[in-house]
Amino acid sequence: MDVLMLSRLQFAAATMFHFIFVPLTLGLSILIACMETAYARTGNEIWQKMAKFWGKIFLVNFALGVVTGITLEFQFGTNWSRYSMFVGDIFGSLLAIEATAAFFLESTFIGVWHFGWEKLSPKAHAIVAWLVAGASNLSAIWILIANGFMQDPTGYVLRNGRAELTDFVAVITNKWAWLEFFHVVPAAILVASFLIMGISAWHLIRKSETAFFQKSFNLAVSVAVIFSVFVAAEGHIHGNNMSLKQPAKLAAMESHWETQKSAPMYLLLVPGSEGNLIEALPIPGALSFLAYNDFNAEVKGLNDFPKEDRPPVLITFAAFRIMVGLGTIMPLIALFGWVMRNRLDKYPWYLKMLPFCIPIPYIAMQAGWVLAEVGRQPWIVYGLMRTSDAVSPITTGQVSFTLLFMCALYALLGAVGIWLMIKLAKKGPEDNTPIQV
Amino acid sequence: MVDIMEIGTWHYYLAMIWFVLWGVLWAVYFILDGFDLGVGTLLPFLAKDESEKRAMLNSTGPFWDGNEVWLISAGGVTFAAFPYAYAQMFSGLYTALMLLLFALIVRGVSFEFRSKVESETWKKIWDTAHFLGSFLPALLLGVAFGNIFQGLPLDETGFSQAGLFGLLNPYGLAGGVLFVVIFLMHGALWLTIRATGALHARALTTARVTWPLLVVLTVLFLAYTAFATNLFSNYFLYPVLLVILALPVGGLVLMRTYLGSGQYWMSWAASCVYIAGTALFGVVGIFPAIIPSNPNPANSLTIMNSASSQLTLQIMLGVALVFVPIVIAYQFWVYKKFATPMAEGDIHY
Repeated sequence: MDVLMLSRLQFAAATMFHFIFVPLTLGLSILIACMETAYARTGNEIWQKMAKFWGKIFLVNFALGVVTGITLEFQFGTNWSRYSMFVGDIFGSLLAIEATAAFFLESTFIGVWHFGWEKLSPKAHAIVAWLVAGASNLSAIWILIANGFMQDPTGYVLRNGRAELTDFVAVITNKWAWLEFFHVVPAAILVASFLIMGISAWHLIRKSETAFFQKSFNLAVSVAVIFSVFVAAEGHIHGNNMSLKQPAKLAAMESHWETQKSAPMYLLLVPGSEGNLIEALPIPGALSFLAYNDFNAEVKGLNDFPKEDRPPVLITFAAFRIMVGLGTIMPLIALFGWVMRNRLDKYPWYLKMLPFCIPIPYIAMQAGWVLAEVGRQPWIVYGLMRTSDAVSPITTGQVSFTLLFMCALYALLGAVGIWLMIKLAKKGPEDNTPIQV
Repeated sequence: MVDIMEIGTWHYYLAMIWFVLWGVLWAVYFILDGFDLGVGTLLPFLAKDESEKRAMLNSTGPFWDGNEVWLISAGGVTFAAFPYAYAQMFSGLYTALMLLLFALIVRGVSFEFRSKVESETWKKIWDTAHFLGSFLPALLLGVAFGNIFQGLPLDETGFSQAGLFGLLNPYGLAGGVLFVVIFLMHGALWLTIRATGALHARALTTARVTWPLLVVLTVLFLAYTAFATNLFSNYFLYPVLLVILALPVGGLVLMRTYLGSGQYWMSWAASCVYIAGTALFGVVGIFPAIIPSNPNPANSLTIMNSASSQLTLQIMLGVALVFVPIVIAYQFWVYKKFATPMAEGDIHY
């Protein structure tokens, strides 16, 4: 493999691993802040107990999310130095603003949150929880604005051999970025609610701390109903915008080869590298409608894009289907749980199933990002810079070494971290005795 | 490289301001993460039992994460204000930087992982991880900055490759050793503030023993710098700049004076002044380069040829003027609230 492919693998591995932990941080921080607010307002101890229990899992997850995020910022310079030179004026400043305006707040107050249980009043502690939650999600906004520029560049001019900023407002009001934000953050809340539902169900079936986990479940399932529906609906709007801006991604994710009006969607479709191997059970006009809200709209096919401008079809196609498929299942799971929330003991199969559902929103989100990023290829900045022109002039030896090392280290830390989270989850909240020195 | 701006324009002065802020960010990062990396490096040597180990970890527990963001910020500002320098520096120092990041990752998780399992071996593993994750960044940061002071082998196209072993040259290593000792001193002083009992006494002894070593190393490093780098050329041109040396020298003296009189906070603050002064001395020395080129200074990455556009620098300055004071205010509050001699309730890890 060459430096380009190795660097792409390294970046994919680093981001996807980072993104195992980020969604839970975004979502769970909000839910914990809600629990603490309830405690500060009602004084009911169970809310504090909930914040502490879910907070322990949160902290392990948070640590992994933070430390793996540092690598990403620096990887733009180490592996993608030509990209950094080309977009530093815009992309670099967004990362710098993220650190200054959001990440500082999050990282400073996570320490206060962790160490402040005895030093702060419940109200002050709840405020700190909201600061952490707000700052995490503010981070997400800046990162998604940066990603929005890669997907649909705006507010720049090409000068001095690079993209220079001309309109900051256009950059930060980029429609793509905000559609992404309203897709990703609600999905992250879904990750957190499915985690709470799964762990609560595990305890409910064992009849341990029933009141505690029933309350946790009820909170999580209500949130899950709202956001699973929201994510799906918002995804459709996001898809419309994408179809307009990145027609090649649309063609690849549907494996749509021939440009045609009133394009159908095939229920059974097996994509190949030069065309589809199997196309059956068409729904007339469905693809045109999904892409442009118009049954007669013309959808450009892959054959009308030069070969070197086509994204990898199979990966994009599969990622889209995984995301949408799981996105359809989640509202059903959530709705059933919400309707039956007060007689869950009558549905042990449902409770037994829930822990296995924890990965569903995780997989859907990873697939969503694969669709977003692989579907953008061969461009690193859509229409402006190719990924192959962005890579650093480094050697395969250097990248192979760090890629192997990173994968080994991440796999090890990830396994340990997830094992610890499972251990903490199973232990339950009963152990609240202060730790002895 | 082609100059993006002309000297004397508003664009140039903006870039100058960012050059200064860039230096300040690195200095603040060294001051803040410096003490927790120092404490981490001291961990296997100073703590005699489990409760002392936990006390050491918790002495930095509430702060390390917020401290590390100054590194992210310094990196982010390099990317945003001087993208060409960021690209060259980070791809040029590829392997060393990756190692630094891996080490910081290992240190970060060791805080959270260590206390979660009741097992001797488990804790030993994470203590070792914590030590390596603290010692290696201190060393590698020193090596990196030593090499920057010395100049990287940039050619006309700018791109350079300095493999790990190329970086481990005598001067680079000297920088590494100096950084490790600076952070050790800084960490030991921090422990004198936060630790109590026997651990406090041991931290005090460590600080007393490390101080003369730091003085000798500082002097030797300055002498070595004079003939291994061009860092002094600005100072020879404008000898008045040598007053900057008053900061590290004054910091060194006050550090010891306050240590002797038992004013630990003041002694630590003097150490901060010493670190800031040392960083300032280096930054003024490389000006107007951000990454000097060696052997051919004409290929240096400078304020003029590697800065961002005027608009970007301006917007970032606005953001910095609003948010940095806020960051400083709340971090100051956190230090005031949590940086007290530790009691039982302060032990969470």
